[in-house]
Amino acid sequence: MSIQAIHIQKTFGTYRALDNVSLEVPDGKLVSLLGPSGSGKTTLLRILAGLEFPDSVETSRVLFHGQDVTATPAGKRGVGFVFQHYALFKHMTVAANIAFGLNALPRRERPSRDAIQARVAELLSLVHLDGLGKRYPSELSGGQRQRVALARALAMKPKVLLLDEPFGALDAKVRKDLRRWLRTFQEEIQVTTIFVTHDQEEALELADEVVIMNNARIEQVGDPQAVYDRPVSPFVIEFLGNVNRFVAGMRSNQPTDQSKDVLYVRPHDVELEPEESETHQYALKAKVQHILSAGNYGRVTLERLGTHEPFEAEVPRERLRELDLQPGKVVSVVFRHVRLFPKGEFLESAVKDGQLEAVAG
Amino acid sequence: MQSPKRSLQPNRRVLPGFGLSLGFAVAYLSLIVLIPLAGVFIRASGMSWDEFWSIVTSRQVVATYKITFGVSLAAAATNAVFGLIAAWVLVRYSFPGKKIFDGIVDLPFALPTAVAGIALTTIYAQTGFLGQFFYAWGIETAYSRIGIYIALTFIGLPFVIRCLQPVLEDLDKEVEEASATLGAGRWRTFWRIIFPAILPAWLTGFSLAYARAIGEYGSVIFISGNMPFRTEITPLVIVKFLEQFQMAEATAVAAVMLVASFFILFFINILQRWSESIGKARG
Repeated sequence: MSIQAIHIQKTFGTYRALDNVSLEVPDGKLVSLLGPSGSGKTTLLRILAGLEFPDSVETSRVLFHGQDVTATPAGKRGVGFVFQHYALFKHMTVAANIAFGLNALPRRERPSRDAIQARVAELLSLVHLDGLGKRYPSELSGGQRQRVALARALAMKPKVLLLDEPFGALDAKVRKDLRRWLRTFQEEIQVTTIFVTHDQEEALELADEVVIMNNARIEQVGDPQAVYDRPVSPFVIEFLGNVNRFVAGMRSNQPTDQSKDVLYVRPHDVELEPEESETHQYALKAKVQHILSAGNYGRVTLERLGTHEPFEAEVPRERLRELDLQPGKVVSVVFRHVRLFPKGEFLESAVKDGQLEAVAG
Repeated sequence: MQSPKRSLQPNRRVLPGFGLSLGFAVAYLSLIVLIPLAGVFIRASGMSWDEFWSIVTSRQVVATYKITFGVSLAAAATNAVFGLIAAWVLVRYSFPGKKIFDGIVDLPFALPTAVAGIALTTIYAQTGFLGQFFYAWGIETAYSRIGIYIALTFIGLPFVIRCLQPVLEDLDKEVEEASATLGAGRWRTFWRIIFPAILPAWLTGFSLAYARAIGEYGSVIFISGNMPFRTEITPLVIVKFLEQFQMAEATAVAAVMLVASFFILFFINILQRWSESIGKARG
């Protein structure tokens, strides 16, 4: 089912949580709402769920499959909601938790006892928790509890699945496994899914489409590749992974006042050359500060000569050995790919820009 | 230095002083509660079984048991219902004067019971501010069992509210929201999700209110009229015996109350354990 949010406005007292936010989620997609805490992402999710309502149900509207559900309460929207801290009913067994929604149906619509039992068993095996129906939530691990919460949400065959930081409370390993599992699972059941996260890696890895939010507004919407490669604002580029930021003019090693441009370079787009190699006319000079070489890539912290701007480079280990870097050594720096935001505005491709061609290799 | 052998002992605790604190707790409890209460039995044991039995089963005394335990139960039950509502309102809603209202709840704790008794009698007497309306309907609110019931409800009021408030505040809002997204109505959410969680605290509040009502004396004697067989409570019978220097008789009745109260509280405690086991699950 497709979801539309139109001009959503939400304030809590004097605090503006959502400022005229509009969003469209096509049917069957897995969409992630990504942003720092306080950006309004959870509020948006809760408004879609019907757990929160926009300031005005006339000017702000929520449509499910074209139908207005702005004022419809959560229980009648047909959404499955998964909470960050599971929100399981701890005095009930896992099976009773999953069956809760079915048991709450009016008698006419409620399946028979056997049918409910069969459905619970089916859901338990769907989330790989076969045979654990008689356990209590306190007897399960965090990852298992989250899967119970998911099974409970799916019991009502929701047309929309909403997840609020579903992996936030889990440890790194479980989180990765569950993330991958959710991806394949969502492809199988093809239910429109929106999840909130503040973890850019999670959003980029999992979602068909990433909605990046900041300060009660949507900054950018796009598939993971697009938002990563073509960020539309300094916020987006800074939020999506490590990035180096240069404020001073790039023509020489001396800071120039005329340029207020902000230039962004991802660490993996920074190439290091021996100091004496003058392959690039305008190459920057920088001094090595610190080298961390765990894993396939070495992480080199440098300081630009003249402006003392610190930055990072990710260098393959072999290259690191070739260069024979030591702290204190001066190297030439070349950027493979940069983004430039002059005075907050976006240049289509910073690399093509005349001023920058020299420094971008 | 601790020997390594000792640190391997399975029951080593993080905080030291278990032995000392347990010893202190037991000694304190004995000194304050158990020894004085044991005195009641020692005193009562001075008489023969027949004497004892004839005192504690005399018609007038038996009538007071019925009134004390019965009316106390009614008052505690009333407090359980309205205390739940009041606690709910105090925790869930904000309204002007909430802080004051919250403070008023404790007044029955602080007020000397005799003051409460006199105040209640004045208000609920036939000519009283509220009494006149009740009497117009033929309900005798003073010098009757209803009067006792009013006094016992008054002094038991804070217990249920104060027991429930912290538990209601601790309730996880997300759990209720989860219930709502699963299509459960408010009623179902309350009975299936909230009530099991607050049941142990609710029972605690109820048993405290009940225990307090059974032992209450000061506020009741003014409003009850103290008519034998009709509005006489057991604590009053004990005081009456004492006033006539009938120590043995007084302690005999006291012993009965003690045993009865103990079993009632014990039973409620079992109920509470049971409710905790369903309310909090295991582990």
